[in-house]
Amino acid sequence: MTTVIVGAGHGGVQVAASLRAEGHLGPVVLVDGQEDFPYHRPQLSKEFLGPGAGAAQPLRSRSFFTDQEIDLRLGTAAVALHPAERCLEFSDGRTIGYTHLVLALGSTVRNLQVPGVGLDGVARLATLTDAARVRKRLATARHVVLVGGGFLGLEIAAACVGAGRAVTLVEPQDRVLTRAVAPAVSDAVQRAHTQAGTVLRLGTGVERFVGRNGRIQAVILADGSEIPADLVVVAVGALANSGLAERAGLAVDNGVLVDPWLRTSDPAIFAVGDCASHPDRERAVARRVECVQNALDQARHVASTITRGIGEPYDKVPWFWTHQFDLRVQTVGLGFADDVCVVLGEPDEASFSVCRFHHDRLVAVESVNRPQDHIAARRLLSRRLPPDLPEVGSAGFDLKSHELSTRGAA
Amino acid sequence: MPSLTFVLPDGTRRTVEGKAGLSVMQVAMAEDVPGIVAECGGNAMCATCHVYADAATADRLPPVTDVEDEMLDSTASPRTSSSRLSCQVDVEEDWGDTTFVVPDTQL
Repeated sequence: MTTVIVGAGHGGVQVAASLRAEGHLGPVVLVDGQEDFPYHRPQLSKEFLGPGAGAAQPLRSRSFFTDQEIDLRLGTAAVALHPAERCLEFSDGRTIGYTHLVLALGSTVRNLQVPGVGLDGVARLATLTDAARVRKRLATARHVVLVGGGFLGLEIAAACVGAGRAVTLVEPQDRVLTRAVAPAVSDAVQRAHTQAGTVLRLGTGVERFVGRNGRIQAVILADGSEIPADLVVVAVGALANSGLAERAGLAVDNGVLVDPWLRTSDPAIFAVGDCASHPDRERAVARRVECVQNALDQARHVASTITRGIGEPYDKVPWFWTHQFDLRVQTVGLGFADDVCVVLGEPDEASFSVCRFHHDRLVAVESVNRPQDHIAARRLLSRRLPPDLPEVGSAGFDLKSHELSTRGAA
Repeated sequence: MPSLTFVLPDGTRRTVEGKAGLSVMQVAMAEDVPGIVAECGGNAMCATCHVYADAATADRLPPVTDVEDEMLDSTASPRTSSSRLSCQVDVEEDWGDTTFVVPDTQL
């Protein structure tokens, strides 16, 4: 009953830990191509970049893996998977057989296809090695340019502004976080950045990077303007690391496709976290969710299935957070572009929540400096008894009071 | 050297050395104290590092901030007047012996 887990990020480590917590007795082998001891990722784009920040925070202690008899093999890249033989092959030619395999492959930063992207000083941030490189470069940089106005780009921009650098963020859409959150939330994030000194260049893309002696000097935008730069970080979205699965013939479409129990098209193989595309709980679509909570909850679910057999389908409501300047943004549920939005609280004072509805049903809540709303919404959405649109739109409605008043109803 | 005793749900006690500057959560994670999950890595975003400070210990801790207060409302085990998020409590050099009770569940 050997379980092999590929990828020692948040999801992979949690699968291993939960297997032992569930009482799984067989061998557990956790492999990763990286050499770094498993670490927390969210801080890499935030405080880790700042001056005086220490080492990355380990996900578990070293003794945890030995005590729990988890065979952690770092620097061991899986290059091929043979589902018919239930066998995984490594770069050094060795192989390992498995009863169950869990793919926790993560995601990679999308490439930007423009001239000059290979110049020294044009970086990306997906791993600890990347983050350490950006931090080192940031220590001597004066002008930093972020390409991409998603959560990652904005967090790095905030860290660079915090380090006292001149920071410009370039985003081709006319606002930041277009796909991720409602306009009211992205407005609040934009205001916070503008006030702190981030220069936002919206509605224009990068034409090319120019340098001297192989080193970045400036970014040329589509509108012809030139921004001086001695450090550029490209953060234009992520792609699932699904190559291993695809080459093995597993079903892949924007991530490794899994069923409601997180099984791939081969039932002995599971996929969790950023690399997995699973059926949405609200709508008839497959979705890939990139956040720590999703990786951890899916990991726990798979460990339970492997140990105890098939039970309930995976059904956790995703939640996510980011922290930039004085803003604590917390989201729960997943919105779609056509959602109806109701704003609660005070957007002008950066303390509010956006409730998102699909056919009058509350499907997501995005909160800015309103942890009480976020916690209430997490409970309401988990219980599957969320308030409807007329209720939330009525005068004096408050998520926390509503949640308290409906306890026990489920 | 400050000392931290964690009382686990099964009643066993784990005493570990604290290090000033680290949070109680970080000390617990480094020492493999079971029952501290710390899903968000110490940002007061998940409330899965909940502990109960014993009476003598509570007096030595910094006050609960607004953010910690709100997040404590979402703990999986019941919140009491001694509830703290261990990621929001930094160990102090002059603490002496402290005791934290680990709740039954964090999820």
